[in-house]
Amino acid sequence: MKKTFARKYLGIPYAVFLVLFVIAPLVVLFYYAFTNSTGHFTLANLAGFFTDSNTIGTLVYSLCLAFVVTVACLLIAYPIAYVLARSKFKSKAVLVMLFVMPMWINFTLRLTALKEILNLIEGNLAYYPFLNSVIGMTYDFLPFMILPLYNTLVKLDGSLLEAAQDLGAGRRQTFFRITVPLSMPGVISGVSMVFLPAMTNYVVNDMLYNSTYIMGSLIGSYFSAYDWHNGSMIALILLAIIGVFTLLSGDSEEDTRRGGALL
Amino acid sequence: MKKAIGPIIIALGLLFMYAPILILGVYSFTDATTIGQFGSFSFANYVTLFTTESLRNMIIGTLLLAIISSILATILGTAGAIGTFYSKKRVQAAVSVVNQVPVVNADVVTGFSLCILLVVVLGISKDTYIPLVIGHVTLSAPFVYLSVVPKLKQMDPSLYEAALDLGASPAVALRKIIIPQIFSGIVSGFAMAITLSLDDYFIATYTKPATFDTISTYVVNATRGSQTEIKTALWALSTVIFIIVLCIAIGMNVSAARTAKKER
Repeated sequence: MKKTFARKYLGIPYAVFLVLFVIAPLVVLFYYAFTNSTGHFTLANLAGFFTDSNTIGTLVYSLCLAFVVTVACLLIAYPIAYVLARSKFKSKAVLVMLFVMPMWINFTLRLTALKEILNLIEGNLAYYPFLNSVIGMTYDFLPFMILPLYNTLVKLDGSLLEAAQDLGAGRRQTFFRITVPLSMPGVISGVSMVFLPAMTNYVVNDMLYNSTYIMGSLIGSYFSAYDWHNGSMIALILLAIIGVFTLLSGDSEEDTRRGGALL
Repeated sequence: MKKAIGPIIIALGLLFMYAPILILGVYSFTDATTIGQFGSFSFANYVTLFTTESLRNMIIGTLLLAIISSILATILGTAGAIGTFYSKKRVQAAVSVVNQVPVVNADVVTGFSLCILLVVVLGISKDTYIPLVIGHVTLSAPFVYLSVVPKLKQMDPSLYEAALDLGASPAVALRKIIIPQIFSGIVSGFAMAITLSLDDYFIATYTKPATFDTISTYVVNATRGSQTEIKTALWALSTVIFIIVLCIAIGMNVSAARTAKKER
């Protein structure tokens, strides 16, 4: 018995777990997306999504919202990450932690705080639904953009910047020709961590009184209506978008996802 | 002028991230019911927070769920990482690909698909809490796996061989040689699991019993309602959590500074 004990057997429970609760749900999702309520194969759910102007509108709206939120996050996060990475502040570690700490506070509570502030500034939240969603999501997802950017910028080889300057490049040229291209892995990783939640996190919209649906809200409403078939189709379409993103970003910086690197 | 721009960017960034939480924190100590309103100093929100039964149940429930699911996720993920590390390359590749699925997937999709499988297809009642716990373990175990694997790669394999040569059984060698070397990865995986569970809204919504609430689901329901007493009590909760997180962050910084000093 002792002889047959091998360390690799320790992995069996986890492998079984992954098959049961990661692979099986996807199989079931696939099955439900392509069947109707009587269990027969159908393409109606797929066709329904792409022919209904409401659902297509939702897709376009979510893509627009996600795009604006991602750009906003990138524009705010890049200078912060750049300054943090290049600074010689004594308490740099503390500053980085301050920018990551919000991730550890429940996001609904943080949104409650933001909502109160926006209420005070705008008077009535209902007047600016799109703007509120952009602000809310930027506020919520910003740390997820800062962290991967910081991680690539801090590893950037300083001698390359010096070399560029020695060769006659100005500050601006050095930044756009050296720093930005070399930080692309961080940009891609940050974008993939912001774009997808921006398409699906409908709680931000709900809490800030934006009643326009995004892709996530569609799943939520089909769930409330016990419509598993159409809900599965939306989930599958989202999975396809996520799959494309994952292929594009490769496996760069995986460990920084959701702040894993800092803990 | 140029020198000042860096600190200004940092200050504006911090202002954006912390102003709402801090302002809410100040107002949580008053009897005001909206921000901007003038109120006098009061602990009423904190009294409501800790004496209202629904709030107390929700806090205890969230913590219990986080602890139970994180312990399960840590055991599963760690054993999985060790086992996979010593398996064939093909097995390793397969597990790491499947492991990525919940990591990159949107939580809405994870929650919805688990709900269909467990509740609709297998008919497990949500009231058993089984779908909820499975959901949170599925969310966090992959992150435990991801934080343990690098530690295994850094490990010196000859130590394990030496222990076997000196007569240790594989089980003893695992406990005394491997586990201590990957322990920091296990701890950070566990911490990650806790934060993911505490922050989750979507998986809980799709798998929880109707009568059970986590912080997230409770807050979302409360914002739909109009009970000002609950609303302002949540300001107090937000402040309490902020202070706890701040203490943990300070503690981590102090201990990191200490180990850095020792190494020098």
